[in-house]
Amino acid sequence: MTGFPYTAASTTGAETDYLLWAMLAASFAVMALVLGLLLIYAIRYREASRADRSNPEGKSWVLEIGWTSATLVVFFGLFLWGADLYVRLDRVPDDALPIYVVGKQWMWKIEHPDGQREINALHVPLGRPVELIMTSEDVIHDFAIPALRIKHDVLPGRYDTMWFQATEAGEYHLFCTQFCGTDHAAMGGMVTVMSEADYTAWLSSQQTDGSLASLGRAVYLKNGCDGCHDGRGTSGAPPLASVAGIPESSLRDAILHPERKGEVRMPSFSGRIGEDDLFKLMAYIKSLGGGR
Amino acid sequence: MNYLTNGWTIRSWLLTIDHKRIALLYLGTITLFFFLGGAAAAAIRLNLLTPAGAFLSAEAYNRMMTMHGVIMVWFFLVPAIPVTMGNFIVPLMIGARDLAFPRLNLMSWYLFVIGGLVALYGMVAGGVDTGWTFYAPLSTAFSHGHLVAVAVGIFISGFSSIATGLNFVVTIHRLRAPGLTWYRLPLFLWSLYATSLILLLATPVLAMLLILLVLENLFHIGLFDPTIGGDPLLFQHLFWFYSHPAVYVMILPGLGVVTELVSAYSRKAVFGYKFVAWSSIAIAVVGFFVWGHHMFVAGQSLYTSLLFSILSFLVAVPSAIKVFNWLATLHKGYIRFDAPMLYAFGFIGLFTLGGLTGLFLAALAADVHLTQTYFVVAHFHYIMVGGMVSAYFGGLHYWWPKITGRMYPEMWARVAAILIFFGFNLTFFPQFIIGYLGMPRRYHAYPPEFQIFNVLSTAGASILALAYLLPFGYLTWSLFKGARAPANPWGSPGLEWTTQSPPLTENFVEIPVITEGPYNYPPREGLSRHG
Repeated sequence: MTGFPYTAASTTGAETDYLLWAMLAASFAVMALVLGLLLIYAIRYREASRADRSNPEGKSWVLEIGWTSATLVVFFGLFLWGADLYVRLDRVPDDALPIYVVGKQWMWKIEHPDGQREINALHVPLGRPVELIMTSEDVIHDFAIPALRIKHDVLPGRYDTMWFQATEAGEYHLFCTQFCGTDHAAMGGMVTVMSEADYTAWLSSQQTDGSLASLGRAVYLKNGCDGCHDGRGTSGAPPLASVAGIPESSLRDAILHPERKGEVRMPSFSGRIGEDDLFKLMAYIKSLGGGR
Repeated sequence: MNYLTNGWTIRSWLLTIDHKRIALLYLGTITLFFFLGGAAAAAIRLNLLTPAGAFLSAEAYNRMMTMHGVIMVWFFLVPAIPVTMGNFIVPLMIGARDLAFPRLNLMSWYLFVIGGLVALYGMVAGGVDTGWTFYAPLSTAFSHGHLVAVAVGIFISGFSSIATGLNFVVTIHRLRAPGLTWYRLPLFLWSLYATSLILLLATPVLAMLLILLVLENLFHIGLFDPTIGGDPLLFQHLFWFYSHPAVYVMILPGLGVVTELVSAYSRKAVFGYKFVAWSSIAIAVVGFFVWGHHMFVAGQSLYTSLLFSILSFLVAVPSAIKVFNWLATLHKGYIRFDAPMLYAFGFIGLFTLGGLTGLFLAALAADVHLTQTYFVVAHFHYIMVGGMVSAYFGGLHYWWPKITGRMYPEMWARVAAILIFFGFNLTFFPQFIIGYLGMPRRYHAYPPEFQIFNVLSTAGASILALAYLLPFGYLTWSLFKGARAPANPWGSPGLEWTTQSPPLTENFVEIPVITEGPYNYPPREGLSRHG
């Protein structure tokens, strides 16, 4: 459903719309006041009019303090409203389904936990929180789904996350909204929100080479990580299962740049593991923690 | 004899140290840039008539939109009012014979021209396709344009900004006429003073950033590119640390001009003088601490965003104070509807709407949906074009008789003011709606359901383009055929109206002594319009 008008199709999106409508109403009120007074004064006090102009209001602390503090109070209320929802947009629910996103000039590569992959398209289940764990292989992109009222920049060299819970099945635009070079406008596609059953059916209809976690174990072995992290060695390295609770972005730094935390025994894997493989490794590590 | 007839040679213009002649040199230069940037805007709007893009390739479109932004921001909006009306009027308003550093003033114009030519060379020779924001690492590692030339051009012209700011600050401190205390200054000067502080403090940060950008671009030293140890967010922080205060450089002089116009055409002292004066300073100071509101979805920390959000609401308060005080000034005034006042009315409406939509973008969760869409484009054009350009034209018409010694044709000017207002709204109001509906910025092609709004926008832009050509035509005409202007055609009380039109090279025969505030209108009776 890409036509107009469209309502927000996510739990937080509906709340974003309440905030937007409230601000629109407040703006209408202020515009009516300002333009109304402007018009009334312009007519009543036009040069040719004989309106009474005696005793004009001198400088008035009451007026100045009055409109300044009224403005402050309203602004503070709007700040709190916007901030409250923003904080909740930042807090990913524990049971969210993780989906991995890699942006590159000029396409989106998506990986589902069971290994299904898609390009410039995203299939997600209805009524369940979904977490997008995103990175870029080159410049800054931005993963935006207007119908769900969410967007977030996708930077190279780090993970950015955002989450949503869709409330209405349908097809929605996916845009890159951070200017990323020549074909910026072509870097998008469709997000398909489908019922849990349809989503399961869609997943099983897709080709996979195995779950992301099992592919991640292969990456783990290929890079020789098991030499230290198998939990039996004498290296003092933490067994892999013990770090499964650490957020992806910290794990990423620990693997690519251990030296930044003063860790000298572990070598840096920066430039040796691609973003796709790194996501598989994350999925493997997370799978050892017994669910997210 | 006046400053215009004092020397007819090219040399007497190119080597002049008269602030009034330098103002005219600047006026010619920025008018040229305004039409160049406008031509790029016309190409953008025409291309967006059809969803697939009417005639520009992606490469060409991206270069056009970069050129539009670079020219309009650095070579029109930032300098516009300070270097023209500021240069011309500041010494006249404070009863001085020139700015504090006349030669520095001339040098600033040369720097501006050289910077402009270098930047133009870059944009014509191969163009830049990064947008005017030059975000790294796109600009440093992936874009293949003439970024270095453009950056160097902006860097050079930055020194022109710094010189101008310095000149105004020193002039306003040191050269005020006897008796002209700070609270007797016209409010235009308070706003220019605040503007100058920002120019002095923020422009050096831009200069440093441009050096870093060029170094990273040429030698890949690892400042902004994460693959070699840099941080792309560092670029954004430095960029907006300059570029947000720069927004206030663009709008504060406009606020000052409108304050003068509202008073002059309602024949009433500005209501709440001290509040309006200090609100300019407040905007300049708080404006330095809101840059992070450009980065709510960029990946800065949650707490940083919370802080920048509340500060952004705070910086809107002094702007609201100004609007309320303008309205109170109109109350019980003698309001005239000359063209400058029409521009001022337009400004109040468009600036208020631009400010209100800015609140949408300061409210965090609302910004998540609206940022990077056409809503943002509409918002800042309401402030920059609806607001600032209206104030620019309003001021230009108001002081035109003083500057040129000729009256502009009033009827034509009113038609242009009204056309600009309607053309502007038709161009940019639909963009609020498609922004809310999700259309991203900087797209040369777009999904078909957005077309109707883009067609409206382009229709408005054609009216706007025509309306902008009108003043160019009739103002040029008035230079030769306009009625001779008296010293004080508007019956304004300001010092600049006490000297002849156009003024002497020395501005005043005798330096005036000031005994009263700036808006002391004589009693209404017995006052003729062109007295």
